[in-house]
Amino acid sequence: MSEALFFQEMTEEQKYGQFMKRINAGEKIEADDWMPEDYRMTLIKLISMHGISEIMGALPEKEWVPKAPSLKRKLGIMAKVQDEMGHGQLLLRVAEDLMKPLGKSREDIMQDLFSGRLKFHNVFHMEAPTWGDAGLIGWLVDGAAIITQTNMLNASYGPYARALKRICAEEVFHAQHGEAIIMALAEGTDEQRAMVQDAVNRWWEALLMFFGPGDASTTGTSKQDTTIKYRIRTKTNEDLRQDFFTKYIPRVLSLGLTLPDESMHFDQERELWVYKQPDWNRFKDIIKNNGPKSQERLGLRRTAYDTNKWVREALNTAN
Amino acid sequence: MKRRFFHGEGWRKVTEPAGNMPIEAKIKPALTSLLYQLADDDFILAYRGAEWLGLAPHIEEDVAFSSISQDTMGHAAMFYQLLADLGEGNVDSLAHARKTSERRNAVLLELVNGPGHYLSSAQYDWAFAVVRNYFYTQAKKIRLDSLKNSSYRPLAEVALKVNMELYYHLLHWKTWFIQLMQAGGEARTRMEAAIGKVLADFEGVLILGPLAKEMAEYGLIEKEEVSKQRWLHTMKPVFESVNLAVSEANLAMKTGNGRIGEHTVDLDDALSTLSEVYNINPAASW
Repeated sequence: MSEALFFQEMTEEQKYGQFMKRINAGEKIEADDWMPEDYRMTLIKLISMHGISEIMGALPEKEWVPKAPSLKRKLGIMAKVQDEMGHGQLLLRVAEDLMKPLGKSREDIMQDLFSGRLKFHNVFHMEAPTWGDAGLIGWLVDGAAIITQTNMLNASYGPYARALKRICAEEVFHAQHGEAIIMALAEGTDEQRAMVQDAVNRWWEALLMFFGPGDASTTGTSKQDTTIKYRIRTKTNEDLRQDFFTKYIPRVLSLGLTLPDESMHFDQERELWVYKQPDWNRFKDIIKNNGPKSQERLGLRRTAYDTNKWVREALNTAN
Repeated sequence: MKRRFFHGEGWRKVTEPAGNMPIEAKIKPALTSLLYQLADDDFILAYRGAEWLGLAPHIEEDVAFSSISQDTMGHAAMFYQLLADLGEGNVDSLAHARKTSERRNAVLLELVNGPGHYLSSAQYDWAFAVVRNYFYTQAKKIRLDSLKNSSYRPLAEVALKVNMELYYHLLHWKTWFIQLMQAGGEARTRMEAAIGKVLADFEGVLILGPLAKEMAEYGLIEKEEVSKQRWLHTMKPVFESVNLAVSEANLAMKTGNGRIGEHTVDLDDALSTLSEVYNINPAASW
C-alpha cells in the first residue's frame, strides 16, 4: 500500500526510471501496470499488426482448405488455419487491453485494417496459386514466423510473452504440416516436384522481406531499435534472417530444390549468408496494400464484415 | 469371401438369414446405403463450413465454426473408412472421385452458403448457416443415438466417438439460434426466411432413402419415421420458446431427393472445387 502511494507521488521521469529498471531486471510488465506512452504505442502497433496478420493470413490458405487433395490433408489444413484464427483472437485480446485506456476497441482495429492504417504482414499480400503454395506457406512462412516469434518469447510485456508461448508451440505443428506436404510433393511426380520449385521461386523474395529491412536506411523507418530497447525482442531483423537461412537453406537444398538467387552463399570468414537484397521499395509498396492480392483479400474481409453487420447488431441487442 | 467384408465378430444382433442367402450379402446394400448417406452428409456440410473460413461474423466464431467443420470432416472420414473396410474403395476416392449422381447426401446440405464465391465477393448468409447447422446437427444427434445400438458393431463404435463431439456442436448452434431468434428486428426476419428455406428441404435430411425399411429391419438404425418424430419432439420446446410454429406439415423436399442421387448444380460446383487438386493425379501420393 505504501509502495503504491509512493509510486503515485513519483514524477514521470522517476516512473520511467523504475520501469526501465524493472524490465532490465527481467520483470514482466502487466496490462494494468504503469508504462511509458511509447512503450504502449509500440506494443499496440506490434501486437495488433501481429494479430491482424494471423487473421489475414488465413486468406491465402483459405483457397486450399476445401481443395486439399486428400481427407488427411483436408483435416490437417483445416486444423492449421483454425489455429491461425485462434492466434489472431488471442493477440487481438492482448492488443485490446492495451488500447482500452485510449478508448479504442476491436471495432477500431477492424476499421484501421480497412482504411489501411493498420498494416498486415507482407507475405499475406502475395498470391498462392497452387497446392504447392499451401505447403510452402506452412513450411517456410510458418518456419519464418517461429524464428521471429521465438525472438520475443521473453518479451518484457507479460501478456504478449504468454500468448507467444502458446502460439510458438502450435506453429511447430504447422511447420511440420507444411513440411509433410512439401516432402510428399518433392518425392512425387515431375509435375508435383515442379509445383514445389515454382512455389519456392515465387515466395523467395517475400520470405526475405518477412524479417523486415536490415535498418532504417532501407525503408525510412524501423521500430527494431525501440523494441530492443524495451526488451520486447533481442535480435535484429538481419540476425533473424540469417537464422532463417541457417535453418532452412540446407533443408531446401536437400530436397533437390534450387534457390532463385545464384549469389546466395555462406561467407565462412564473416560467418554470414550473402544474398541478393529484395526490392525494398516493392516491400514498402506491398505493405501499403498494393501487393498482388492486397485489395482482393481486404475486399473479402470488408464484404464479410458488412454482410454480417446485422449479426453484430443482433448480438448487441441480446446483450 | 463375403466374410472378409463383414468380419463376423462385428455383428452384435444378427437377424435370421432369409432362405439360402448369406446374411452379409443380404444386408450389405442397406448398410452401404446408410454409410454413404452418413458420410456424404457430413462431408459436404463440412465443405460448406470450410468455405466460411475467415468470413464468420466475428473472430471468436471463426475459431469455433472452423473447429466444428473440422470435426464434421473427421466424422465423414470415419464413415468413409467404414465403407472402405467393406470394399467400396479407398477413402480418398470415395470422398473425391464419385460423381454427383453417385452422391447420397441430402440436397439441403449441398446448397451454397449464399451469393458470391468463397474467395471473392462472398456474401454469405449467417442466418442460413445457423439454421441449417442447428437443424441438421439435431437430426444427426438423433441418428447417432440410434446408431450407438446399431447391429453393425463397427458403426456403433464410430457413433459413440462422433456423439461425444456432437454435444458441443449442438450447444453451439442452439445458442446462436435462440439468440438470433430473440433479437427481433432484422435478425428475426432473416432467421424466419432461413427457417423457411431449410424446412422446405428438411424432409430430405430426415429420410434414409429407398432401403430405409431394410436398414431398420436389420437393426442398423431405427425407423426413419421414429427419428423424424423424435426430431419434431425435441425441437418443439425450442420453437415454442422463440414463438415459432413449426409442424410436420412444414417439412418438405422441394429441391430434390439426394438419397436417390438427385442433386443441384451447387453440388457439381462444390465437387469440382474440392477435387481440383486430387484430380491433377488421383494415383499420386499427396
